[in-house]
Amino acid sequence: MAVRLGGGQGFYGDGHAPVDDLLAAGVDYLVCEALAELTLAILQKDRQRDESLGYTRDLPLYVHQVMPYLLDGRTRFITNAGGINPVAAGRAVVGAARSLGVSGVKVATVVGDDVRPRADELGLPDDALFANAYLGARPIVQALDDGAQIVITGRVADAALFLAPLVHEFGWAWDDYDSLAAGVVVGHLLECSGQVTGGNYSGAWWTNADPTRIGFPIGEVEPDGSAVITKPPGTGGMVTFDTVREQLLYEVHDPARYFSPDVVADFTSLSLDDLGGDRVRVSGTRAATPPSTDTYKGLVCTPAGYAGEARLAYSWPDAEAKARAALMFLRKRAEQKGVPVEEWREEYFGVDAFGGSTAHNDDCEPPEVIGRLAWRTADRDSAARIAPEVGVLGLSGPPTLSGTGRGRGGGPSQLLAVEPFYVDKKLVDDQVRVEVEEV
Amino acid sequence: MARIQLRDLCGARSGDKGDISDVSLFADDEAAYEALLGEVTPDRVKAHFAELVTGDVERYEARNVLALKFVMHGALGGGAPRSLRSDNLGKTHGATLLRMWVDVPDDVAANARRRVRPPAPPTR
Repeated sequence: MAVRLGGGQGFYGDGHAPVDDLLAAGVDYLVCEALAELTLAILQKDRQRDESLGYTRDLPLYVHQVMPYLLDGRTRFITNAGGINPVAAGRAVVGAARSLGVSGVKVATVVGDDVRPRADELGLPDDALFANAYLGARPIVQALDDGAQIVITGRVADAALFLAPLVHEFGWAWDDYDSLAAGVVVGHLLECSGQVTGGNYSGAWWTNADPTRIGFPIGEVEPDGSAVITKPPGTGGMVTFDTVREQLLYEVHDPARYFSPDVVADFTSLSLDDLGGDRVRVSGTRAATPPSTDTYKGLVCTPAGYAGEARLAYSWPDAEAKARAALMFLRKRAEQKGVPVEEWREEYFGVDAFGGSTAHNDDCEPPEVIGRLAWRTADRDSAARIAPEVGVLGLSGPPTLSGTGRGRGGGPSQLLAVEPFYVDKKLVDDQVRVEVEEV
Repeated sequence: MARIQLRDLCGARSGDKGDISDVSLFADDEAAYEALLGEVTPDRVKAHFAELVTGDVERYEARNVLALKFVMHGALGGGAPRSLRSDNLGKTHGATLLRMWVDVPDDVAANARRRVRPPAPPTR
């Protein structure tokens, strides 16, 4: 009997309407992946302001969406929305459930990925904003085995959120590496929501059915780990060989050795078969050799200065020349004011902002150019001292300066550095706990 | 042999991990995949990206899905959270690689399936 996994979220801020489509189509597990590399930094800032925060704040909305299906016994809910504060997230979930007047719901919280309190011992920077190990599927499986209907975690390897229910349902052994690798592949395909169902498709993206409501993915997984990737009927987007292989290799580095906490998967071992009708079968996945490592990957985040930014748009004729002159003006003024800028970045939208020197445009002059100047300083005050010069360009700069839209012009923002590290699994495992609370 | 721009020959997707930009190229048949293997070498990719990529470029093969993977180090101005680039996640790097021109056998160029374009925008 196949297990149906729904990929309900690919980042903090993803759409909620496609989740309703998944639930209506029927999934055994709604799995929501909320944490990009950077998200913990955002959540850490939240927690600094308020100790009861530090998780993704739209979590209660997901709880509201899934609850009717959960109470029917149809769907369980797994998410890493706990972010930097899974305990508070667990409380928020319990609160949301109580506000709905439900009872008898078991909520599990997985803690222990946070290793910042042990920065010293692990040789990590003492000014870390966060330092977390990417946990594997085991604590989630334990929670499911304990009967949890909702599982909240902090930092967990994205694919492990999807691997866990498969291990729970099929009873895969922790040394059944080929099955675990197959589960990781399914998880990797589902973890970026619409990016496997037509979103960001580099081919004929304009042929997506109903592109305003691209459906989120469903994985129909068999006990042997093979799966069909599909989407709810009636939704937009498409699931084809092309959309699935683009997601398969997304951010995996060496595809023959995709590291996850539970297994190293060989993505070059599998087959993709386009069955038509928005169904693509993935099968034959094997683990790499060796199939596992004795470390977890972690991510540590430290402050890295401040950035300011100015955007200046100029019209034809000679738009690029004017924009270049304007950015030069600002750089010179910073120099004259003695602002200690550590790094500048000049970009000209419409000319080279994305392609750099690879973007040749010899055949025509661009219709408009936005000059973008960014700078890094060690302290916030220095970063703030350049922005006042922007206004001067209105009357004293090149002709035809115009706006670039609302919502820019904020103050300096803090920069951060992230570095991977490796930590002995034992060390982390000793601090991992699963707490189950019944509402 | 025929000269063709990669945008007409294959698809691409890019993403990030730290200061690494990770770009995949997708061929539509075995012949095109073979042509890409010979033409789109790590050295050429590194040269193509010029000042955008300061570190090494590694290439991996995923023949099972007719794809090549390029892992480009020092490609995001220090990594997304500290980069001054507007494209701090390297989301446009796939498109940037598609700008490269390569020499391929005539039949590969003739069979290139990506010459289709979206509907033209309204005329001005």
